Formats: sequence, C-alpha cells, structure tokens
Amino acid sequence: MLNPISVAFKKAKHENRPALLTYTVAGDSSKKQSLNILKSISKNADILEVGVPHNTPVADGSQIQTSAYRAIKKGIKINDIFKIVRDFKRTNKLKPIILMGYYNMIFQYGENNFLKKCKISGVNGLIVVDLPWPENKKFAKKCKNKSIYFIQLLSPTTTNERLRKIIKDSHPMNYFISMLSTTGGKLKVSSKKILSNYNKIKRISPKKNIVIGFGITEKTIKSLRKADGLVVGSAICKEITKSIKKRQNPVINVDKVVRRLKNKII
Amino acid sequence: MKLKKGIAVIDQGNKLGFWGGKFGGNFVPETLKRPIEDLEILFNKLKKDKRFINERDKYFKNWVGAPTRFIKLENLTKHVGGAQIWSKVVSDANGGAHKIYNATVHCLLAKRSGKKIICGDTGAGYAGKMLSMAAKKFGLKCKIFMGAKDIKRQQPNVKAIKKNGAEVIPVYSGSQTLVDAVSECMRFWVANCDTTAMCVGSTVGPAVFVRICGWSTSQISRELKFQLINEFGSIPKKLKLYNCVGGGSSSFGFWNEFMDYDKKQCEFIGIEAGGPNKSKKHAAPLTYGSKIGILHGAAQYVNQNKDGQIEETESISAGLDYPGVSPLHCFLKDTKRARYTAASDEEALEAYKLVTRLEKLRPSLEPSHAFSVAIAESKKLSKDTIVVVNSCGDAYKDRGILKKRLRK
Repeated sequence: MLNPISVAFKKAKHENRPALLTYTVAGDSSKKQSLNILKSISKNADILEVGVPHNTPVADGSQIQTSAYRAIKKGIKINDIFKIVRDFKRTNKLKPIILMGYYNMIFQYGENNFLKKCKISGVNGLIVVDLPWPENKKFAKKCKNKSIYFIQLLSPTTTNERLRKIIKDSHPMNYFISMLSTTGGKLKVSSKKILSNYNKIKRISPKKNIVIGFGITEKTIKSLRKADGLVVGSAICKEITKSIKKRQNPVINVDKVVRRLKNKII
Repeated sequence: MKLKKGIAVIDQGNKLGFWGGKFGGNFVPETLKRPIEDLEILFNKLKKDKRFINERDKYFKNWVGAPTRFIKLENLTKHVGGAQIWSKVVSDANGGAHKIYNATVHCLLAKRSGKKIICGDTGAGYAGKMLSMAAKKFGLKCKIFMGAKDIKRQQPNVKAIKKNGAEVIPVYSGSQTLVDAVSECMRFWVANCDTTAMCVGSTVGPAVFVRICGWSTSQISRELKFQLINEFGSIPKKLKLYNCVGGGSSSFGFWNEFMDYDKKQCEFIGIEAGGPNKSKKHAAPLTYGSKIGILHGAAQYVNQNKDGQIEETESISAGLDYPGVSPLHCFLKDTKRARYTAASDEEALEAYKLVTRLEKLRPSLEPSHAFSVAIAESKKLSKDTIVVVNSCGDAYKDRGILKKRLRK
C-alpha cells in the first residue's frame, strides 16, 4: 500500500495545487482539544504534522515554544501523543500524520519501541529536527522498514554536494527550510529566492515531494504555491494562544485559519 | 571505553564527534551543519598553525595575564592538618575567571572567518563578561543571552557586560537560567549564522564547541605543570586536582595536561553542585547517575524525566546550575580517569567562609564547592600529598547572594 503521505501529494497535484500541511503541538492546550483541532482541520489540511513538545527546543521560535510549554505544563506524555494519533486515525484512517520533534524523546523511548508505537498508532512520517544526515542514516533505515517516511530537512545553508547525498538517501518526501530562521520567523527573503532554491532541489530529484516550511502565513502562502507542499505551523500555534487570551474556542478559530489558508492556494 | 595516551582528549572523538562512541556528537538542526563544519575546518587548521598559536599565546600572556598564580594556602593547610593545600588562582586572569580563555579564542576564530558579530550564552555572567571584553578588544559586535533569573542574581557581571558595549538579551523561557540561555543563543545562531559567530560558554554544545573550549582552557594546566615542576622539581608523587564542574570548562582545562599520568599519582576530582540540602533538585548529573540524553546538540549525562524532558536544576551557584555536563567529563567518568562528587549549597558557603577567613583568597561560589570537598578530604590525607584547588572565579559577582546568606 502506498504511504498516505504520497497519496495526499498525488491528490493535490491532481487538483493542481500544493498540499497544505499544518503543524500543531500535541496536547495544546489540552489532549482533548488538540485532538479536536486535528479532527476539524483535517477537512482542509492534506497532511497533519503533530508536534511532540520538548522543553529545550533549539530550532523553535516563540510561538511554537509557547504551545509546547503549555502542553507540557498540562502534563502531556509521549504515550498520550500516540493515543491522540490513534484516536484520530479511528475516524480518519487515510489522513496522513507526521510526528515532528526532537531526538531525545525518541532516544529515551528507545528507537525500536518508538517506531513500534508509531506503527500501531498510525503515524506515517517522522521529522526529527536535531537528527541531521548522516547521523540519521540508521534510524531512517529503521523507519523505512516500518514503511514510515523519515523526512529529511534541507536548508539554504546545505551545500550542493550535501544536498545530493541527503536526497540520495531520502524517502519520497523532504522538507525545505525557507530561510535562516527558527520556526515562526518573519519571511526575510523573497518568495522568488525561496523558489529558486526550491527548484535547485527539485532538479536533483524531480520525483520526490518537497515541501517548504518556516515563515509561511496567510500573507505569504500564495506566493509559494508552486511548491509540492507548504507547511504552516507558528501561525496556527499563535491562533491558539490568541484564542485562549480572548477566551474563545481555539478549535473553531484554528479551523477558520486553515480554511483561509486552503482558499489561498486552490 | 578507553582513554588513549598521547592523543589530546579533545581529539579522541570519532568521525561523528562522539567520545567513547556515545558522548557528544552533533544533534543540530540542518541549518547549523554548514557553519559547524566551516568552524571545524578552520579550527582544525589553526590549532596546528604555529602563527595562530603564537598569536593566542601573545594575547594570553599580555592581555589575559599568564601565568595566573600558584600559591600555597598555609593557614588553611595548618587548620585542616592533613595534605598540603594549594590553589591555582585562575581568578587572577583578566576579568576574574577562566572564561576569558575560551572567549579570546572564539573571537580570534571569528576574526579569521570574517564574522563581524559574536553571540554567546552565560549563566554566572562570567562567560558573557569575558566574551564582551574580548569582542570589544577585537572589534566585534557582541550579543549575550542570559536567563532572567541569572540577570537578577549576578548583577555585577551584567553591568560589566553592558559597560563593554555588548547587548544583554534576557531569556524568559523555561527556568530562566543557563540552560535556556544556551537554547536561545543557539536559536539566534540558527537564524543568523551567515553573519554571526557563536561562542558556547563551556565545554558543551556540538562537538566542535566542546573541543574549542577544552583547547582554550587547557592553558590552565599548561601553566600549572610548569609551576609544579618549578616548585617541587618534578610532578609530585601524590597530586590531587580538585575543580568544580558545571559545564566543565575550567576542570577540563585544569586537568588536560595531566591526563596521561597514572591516576594513582595524579587524581582528578570533579565537584558538582548538589543544590540546597533540603531540595531534591541538583545540578550533579554525574554524581547522581543521570541517564544519557541529548541536550544542546550533544549526548551527555543529563537531568531529565522518563519522557526525555530536561529537568530544572537548583544551585546557589549560577555557573554550575546546568542540567547536563560536558561530553568530555562523561567520557572521563566512564573511563574512570576522573572521580565526581557533589557539594551542597550550604557546604559551599561554609567553605567560602573558612577560606576567606584564613586566606587572602576570595573564591566565588563555584570553586567554593570544590574547596568544600578538598578540605574535607585533605584531613585524611598524608602531609606529602599535594592538593590543588582551582579557584576559577572571583566572588565579587556573588556579593549580593553572600550578603544575604551570611548576614546572621
């Protein structure tokens, strides 16, 4: 069976648009609410990235940090995250889910155990922010054996030679970081520049799906619609924070944001 | 796991930067791979370059002030009545602590790489103060990340950093101490690595930073070796080197040149921060058997919960208040070359009181931890044993805390 992640890209391509990927933190602002958010945004999002909150996140900006600290404070544990995924998959079997987090959480759980749990819960892909290539070779292979995509990150600082090597070892989906920034930074380079870097990667591997993330908001998403997929994270986490402040329901507000994002790229 | 002889410990890591196959490494976001590799190439080249070494030595001698004193603590020795207690007064160094060595080398490297800005983390404020001094000296713009809690408790150093023209960026996330300052500094580097150099304030972080810092602070043991031979004619038959361990930069530098001696002749004792007597929290991952985890890009023993969340620490000394510890020390622990133990807040304060009462020496709260254990163990040691304590920081920065805690 084809990984639902690849199916989602095919579907989007068929509709002549990029796939929309969302990022929300598991357990933000509660286990139940984060599950409800996933359920409601899955109508408009093609692939759901679920953040595994960590308390020393070296690549995340303030929005995602706030979400992560909120979830940890509410007591979220790794096993709760697997349960959220499993509960979601009960009614949305084919909607792809990617877990995104930091390596220490996997290391403490044990790589093999972690992947076993991913498989049982229905996780389709993994992004491990601080496990770059070539350090990730062994783990990526283990993922492959379980038919879980290990998604390689590529950055504007990645040299051409390195790009080629990473892509050669990569699975069918890769993630291009738009600019030098932590998550949620303001887009400080032009869309044209980002797309030119993106095209450089595409030329190396035309068949692999490359998504662009970091700094994408309602304002900037349209300008990058030529990509295979676009990830929005901090803008969503920010909406949750805002809703809580205003005592509004985050589920409804986040759903609206995701719908608007989708409308910008169809 | 084995320590090799004849090869510098900083160069004993494998291709991926792991010491003993499991400590250290480069657990970093993809964006940092290139700048780290560039720094590695530069450092590997320069550390063999005689001209660069001469340049370093020139600044260490004329600007940092090498060598720092090696003195016998006569009154303390008499009071304790056991081993001879000596001190290497590293706080003599320009700025008042060992952090100046690493800061100087990082600024020299930044100059060579053409970077105009340098960013750094700080806990007790010494790493920040020294980096701001060195940045000023070498004409670099400087940004210092510091936990909001540490800003409050280490005001004298904060003032010094600002006076040197550096920007102090308060960090409000998490426990608002060193661990969060390092995270925030790394985030800043992720976003600005094209224009900015990063200085990690201790022998922690991605492997190259561990190596650069260890290489820099080794100046301490280079001086000490010379001073010991001058004083005793040779390296004493029974030598014990006591040093506090937070991240582990001063202790590594204090021991490095003695690495190849048998530990029966030359023993290393690292003292971590045990935290307040009544608290369960501590900053002593080696002493209390914390599990291996990943923190700030490196695998190390680190205080964490079952899930892998990093735990908050507690210590009277901001400089030791770090949940992890250098991969180098993990390696020295597992190869049994060094021995690690902890002193509590209260024990450190007692040692501070005793040392300052008897001697003309004012160790900061960090080395006071080391003095505490050195004094306790010296009582049982023979008179021909030479105990040396690295007094790696000056207590001026702690005057607020000391005033409050010693008022009665």
